Amino acid sequence: MTIRWKDYQATGFHDELIRSGGRPRDAARFLTRWLSRLRDDDIRERKAAAELAISVMGITFTVYSEEGGSIDRAWPFDLIPRVIAKQEWDGIEAGLRQRVQALNLFIDDLYHDQKVIRDGVFPRELLADSVNFRKPCMGMNPPLGVWAHICGSDLIRDRDGQVYVLEDNLRVPSGVSYMLENRKVMKRVLPELFEEASIQPVDDYPSQLFDMLASLSPRMVEHPEVVVLTPGIYNSAYFEHAYLAQQMGCELVEGADLVVNDDDCVYMRTVEGLSRVDVVYRRIDDLFLDPEAFRKDSQVGVPGLFRAWQKGNVALANAPGCGVADDKVVYAYVPDIIRYYLGEEALLPNVPTFRCNDPLQRKHVLANLDQLVVKPANESGGYGMLIGPQASKRQRSEFARLIRHDPRNYVAQPLIALSTAPTLVDTHVEARHLDLRPFILSGQQMYVTTGGLTRVALRKGSTVVNSSQGGGSKDTWIVDLEGH
Amino acid sequence: MLSRVANRIYWMARYLERAENMARLVNVNAHLLLDLPLRVHLGWRPLVEILGSETLFEATHDEYDERSVVRFLIGDPQYPSSIISALASARENARTVRDIIPREAWEQINELYLNARKNLPSAYGQRKRYDYLNSLILGNQQITGLLAGTMSHDNGYAFLRLGRNLERADMTTRIIDVRSADLLPDEGELSPFENIQWMSVLKSLTAYQMYRREMRLQVRRPDVIAFLFKNLRFPRAIYHCISTVAGCLEDLPHNEAPLRQASHLQRMISDVRPETLDQQGLHSSIDDLQLGFAGVDALISESYFFTGRQEQSQATG
Repeated sequence: MTIRWKDYQATGFHDELIRSGGRPRDAARFLTRWLSRLRDDDIRERKAAAELAISVMGITFTVYSEEGGSIDRAWPFDLIPRVIAKQEWDGIEAGLRQRVQALNLFIDDLYHDQKVIRDGVFPRELLADSVNFRKPCMGMNPPLGVWAHICGSDLIRDRDGQVYVLEDNLRVPSGVSYMLENRKVMKRVLPELFEEASIQPVDDYPSQLFDMLASLSPRMVEHPEVVVLTPGIYNSAYFEHAYLAQQMGCELVEGADLVVNDDDCVYMRTVEGLSRVDVVYRRIDDLFLDPEAFRKDSQVGVPGLFRAWQKGNVALANAPGCGVADDKVVYAYVPDIIRYYLGEEALLPNVPTFRCNDPLQRKHVLANLDQLVVKPANESGGYGMLIGPQASKRQRSEFARLIRHDPRNYVAQPLIALSTAPTLVDTHVEARHLDLRPFILSGQQMYVTTGGLTRVALRKGSTVVNSSQGGGSKDTWIVDLEGH
Repeated sequence: MLSRVANRIYWMARYLERAENMARLVNVNAHLLLDLPLRVHLGWRPLVEILGSETLFEATHDEYDERSVVRFLIGDPQYPSSIISALASARENARTVRDIIPREAWEQINELYLNARKNLPSAYGQRKRYDYLNSLILGNQQITGLLAGTMSHDNGYAFLRLGRNLERADMTTRIIDVRSADLLPDEGELSPFENIQWMSVLKSLTAYQMYRREMRLQVRRPDVIAFLFKNLRFPRAIYHCISTVAGCLEDLPHNEAPLRQASHLQRMISDVRPETLDQQGLHSSIDDLQLGFAGVDALISESYFFTGRQEQSQATG
């Protein structure tokens, strides 16, 4: 038996590869044709080869468990890639550049003159309530005026095929290493396909990242010392921290490896003694970065790091305080923010978002709780959310109470019917929901990954794509139809 | 090179070497048993004694029978020097320095551990044990070769070789100790078997062929001991290992203290007179050497791994 596209069902959703009636989309035609030539045994063989590659390459994500030494699990991966035509991708990429550029201007403004507030575009009380606004950052001028050097924005596609930005991760976004590793696995397991189509490469990311980081160096030296700062081996993204350090050829440091001396410069402890550090790509949240400046109980930070940054002796990426724009209430203002700073309309739409701090919008939300998704402003990973259509009456009235009590902390959105793509289940294909996280670098120039990390909910009907909760991933192919 | 990274590379290499030598240790005892006449009851207890691990063993076992000792040395996750624990520690250390070692080396170490764990049941039966241990030894040799051929021979590589050679020197003394321990009456009816036993020791260190080429002699106790202690060219000989340690130290910064200790050890080894040593004498000079190795280890830690961290060097001292 082989894969029969005519039997493939993705009713009611936009499918990334297959139109209704089982016909492939143009960009996916070469792929679906090739897949339908495979026999069951071929499919099993390739699947086994992919699993072997993942296990041998040691691609893991970390799940902390008290018992047993085993703290990492093999990365769940689906063989069938998600394909996007380059022509469509170019539009998405332009939208991402526009968005991140505006967000950086917004952050810089918030820490300086706050024109955006004075001009009545962004409410002052929202800033006052923001848990990610860092007062000590006021007046700081990070190199190139950029605060969010690395951004991971989550994109979803609705029933009608429209792509929306779901959220912008500006603090310590992760997942890019899996994007890179997925491609390596695919090249090992399905090399033939890469000869059949012009699939755009993704491997450039680590060198782009390094060049961007090096350009932030406060010292004008030929080889600035760039380090990746990790909370350590028990962090769920540790694999990625080690991976990126390795790919960039720089040191992976933990807090205890760094020391800030009386000269307010950062040094690392080496076998030769102390050695100056210029740029820290920190994968630690603001609050744990420096026990002198923020949380005193932080075990993973570096005492004095914030002071060294304030003095301009070290660059931190992302800059402390940039999380102020990574907030679900700020999100609702992004189209206004783009208009205000760039004088342009947003190229990539937001998911329509109701702000509960606005009395009219709050009224609408409270009246339609059974149809809306309600999100708290500063939680991530899907915590503290209400999915109205699936919630019980009691849960909905509990949320009504929460919203009335603290309206600033909540936004609501219609439930988006996430798009699907064919995913292997044993040797046949079924539709599974997915999203996409591209990564955007901002330095002297901007760079957007070709595609990004596609996360897929492996459980039937599920829309939860997190790897800790039954999510997996797919390689993402940007295919140039004209180049073929 | 970060102090922490140097420390982890060093321990990665030590644990890999420990796993390989533990395999050799179990092999030599198994072969020794096969070579001896049935009436001689040579047990497995000496292996545990040689490793100084009686307390740990007796906490969970009543008897030093083959099954218990083999399981303890190969597969006991609670025993930090068992093959499986050593490989797990090597893997954890490798994981934390995967930005420093070549990617393929990490993949091999990962695979070596996963295979050793998966095939553990075959190590417990006599029939497949040799294959299990041998594939482990070969797997580690492959990693050694991969690192030699693909890792820059920089400071990190120096720490790798330091760890490997110090551990190897230590384990070679323990493997010799299997035979030297007070297992058998020295003379009398067992003397026909004496040479065969020393041949087993040589073979378990893959040293037999090299011994014959270098020494051009029959396998005799004093010559085997001289070869394994004092040969400069054979890579598992103690003198060779310590000379390598000294050589690596010479390339590293502020090396005075550990280098002095390594030179002291070289002199100690040169001074050994195998022909004058009875079993007890051999055993006690091995003890002295092992203390000396621990001294080098402590000085390396102090000089490189705990720079500017007084509290830690005290905590581990």
